[in-house]
Amino acid sequence: METLEKLKEILAECKGEDIDVTPETTFEELNFDSLDKVDIVMQIEDAYDIKLGDDLQLSTVGELIQKIDEAVAAK
Amino acid sequence: MAEKRVALVTGAGRGIGACIANTLAADGCDIAVVDYSDVSAAEETMRQLAEQGASARYYRCDVSDFSAVKAVTDAVVKDFGKIDILVNNAGVTADGLLLRMSEAEWDRVLSINLKGCFNLIKHVAPHMLRKRSGRIVSISSVVGLMGNAGQANYAASKAGIVGLTKSVAKELGSRNITANAVAPGFIRTAMTDALSEEQKQAMYKLIPLGSLGEVQDIANAVKFLVSEEARYITGVVLKVDGGMYI
Repeated sequence: METLEKLKEILAECKGEDIDVTPETTFEELNFDSLDKVDIVMQIEDAYDIKLGDDLQLSTVGELIQKIDEAVAAK
Repeated sequence: MAEKRVALVTGAGRGIGACIANTLAADGCDIAVVDYSDVSAAEETMRQLAEQGASARYYRCDVSDFSAVKAVTDAVVKDFGKIDILVNNAGVTADGLLLRMSEAEWDRVLSINLKGCFNLIKHVAPHMLRKRSGRIVSISSVVGLMGNAGQANYAASKAGIVGLTKSVAKELGSRNITANAVAPGFIRTAMTDALSEEQKQAMYKLIPLGSLGEVQDIANAVKFLVSEEARYITGVVLKVDGGMYI
């Protein structure tokens, strides 16, 4: 759950408003465009000091959390 | 009173860059002076900015150094809280006919003039992205539009700025960030002052308005492009050349 809370902070900073998400929320529902996604990935990489890459194929927030947790564990 | 805008100006130590810094300060901006080659010139710009009561800081940075630019950008955001305006002005020349031009001369001019713009935009854009606003102006040159014998490296770098600017305008437009270029023609500087009267007369014949431009003419164009009045202008190359290239 800790990653989800951090992710909420990052999403809020990127979008300039609080966004309520759950692991089941899809990126389609969030209506993020390509710039949003790049910005969010960059912020996550900075926050966790990890590399996620530019070719993430994710449909839900839960999948993103899993990728983050995997990358952090592999550090 | 409206919140003060923060402008980061590269190459602000001398000439056009110093004039842009002073003009934006007079227009109510706080200024991040970024310069590398001439510390005393940058300090002189700082003195001028202080004289008009502007809040300004000097950051010594080689714009061609990707990591150094990131560090300076982060420092500016830390010191001023934001960056509203980026003016990419830093540039050098290393003239010579192509057949005599060394690889080092090519690389140096492209690194500072063109990669420098990329470095700054790359590191400043995320801050503008999150604010949903920003103004980017890069100083190109009419030489980048028309070519010039003896300046293959400089002309290529300035033409590159045009392509970079148009691409950035398309990428960041949805976030209310504009990207434009200003293309100066012949501007009165120490270099043009050193020309003979005959050389100057030959130059004037190329310019319909019949005289050299002043650094203030360039600064005025930048001031306009970063203003609220220019909010619907992006991806343009504004020539400030007395009609030299039409």
